[in-house]
Amino acid sequence: MRGLAAQVERYSIVIAIGGVPVRVNTTDANFLQMLQDRYAGFVSEEPGAEFTFHVELTPPAFADPDVDVRVTQHAGRWFMERGDFQAEWEPATRVGSIRQSANPHSIDAVLRIVHTLVLARQGGFLLHSASAVRNGKAFLFAGVSGAGKTTISRLAPEDATLLTDEISYVRKLGSDYVAFGTPFTGELAKLGENTSAPVAALFLLAQGPENRIDPVAAAEALRELLANMLFFAEDQELVHRAFQAACDFVDRVPVYRLTFMPDARVWEMIG
Amino acid sequence: MSKKLYVARNPRIAARMLGEEMLVMSGQSSTLFTLNPTATILWQAADGATPLDEIVERRICSEFEVNPEEALRDAEALAEDLAKHGILLISEKPISETPIARQDTPAHEQQPWEQRR
Repeated sequence: MRGLAAQVERYSIVIAIGGVPVRVNTTDANFLQMLQDRYAGFVSEEPGAEFTFHVELTPPAFADPDVDVRVTQHAGRWFMERGDFQAEWEPATRVGSIRQSANPHSIDAVLRIVHTLVLARQGGFLLHSASAVRNGKAFLFAGVSGAGKTTISRLAPEDATLLTDEISYVRKLGSDYVAFGTPFTGELAKLGENTSAPVAALFLLAQGPENRIDPVAAAEALRELLANMLFFAEDQELVHRAFQAACDFVDRVPVYRLTFMPDARVWEMIG
Repeated sequence: MSKKLYVARNPRIAARMLGEEMLVMSGQSSTLFTLNPTATILWQAADGATPLDEIVERRICSEFEVNPEEALRDAEALAEDLAKHGILLISEKPISETPIARQDTPAHEQQPWEQRR
């Protein structure tokens, strides 16, 4: 005899960004398909995952996109909240939950937040920057909206591999910094390649009448790096860790001001 | 005669000297401050045990050609400003590692010695 409660199908996908596999569980086949499409190239076939999130889908509702995200910690749990989602995550058990409607933007935001929390403890960070690999070296191009991240990405030559046109993923591995591709897209709406390379330089973008590269003093580099880092947590210890990570990065990686015209010749100076 | 003041670095602040600039980050407000040379001297000398007038005499008057009384007044005002932003702790007694000294709420106006994130 069948039980009174129908068995609920459970679906699972592992999304590996920056070499950190995160399992997402859902009971909705359409949502799973959306995740498979959205994170194509970053879906891991390996069964293991470092963290697991259970997604509970809610009916679509109006959510104010201008409401700031809040990320707080209480009793060993992280709480993440924006108008369009609520999420919790317990690092000790490596398990969390997300309540959101069936849209890609909410889970994308949660993944970004979780990765910033993980990276902050490891000396890495997410950065508002395009990044690309050329000749085995990764180059980051940081700047606010309009600084030229999309333009420099669009101008990249065929021998350059685009890691992202919007959000770079930087890990500290040993004493080196390594940039990874991300599915976090900007205006190009093109997923980065799921590959990685040691970071050779950070360029602070400025558009101007000529192509030129100028050195940037360490303190100025730190200010600009911090201004472009993604960081959400209202947590004193993690703020300090992010600060130390930024200081260590500018100690180790050359930072330049890249002034450029919207012309492919700028890439003759890079790589 | 005015009372002696003691200053200590707030343990909630992270700091790093990069090039010739001292940058400090408040974990509470996520605000980055760049200290000017005088504020940097105060920060480096603020051990909680050395009175402010001694810091001024030994570190500031020797570095800059200034009148000691005027330098002390300026240093007291600067220390108050730094305390308002949670960077330094000020007390009329020596400050131990677990201080209960005054730590004012950060003000909102931008100061000439700092830069916000």
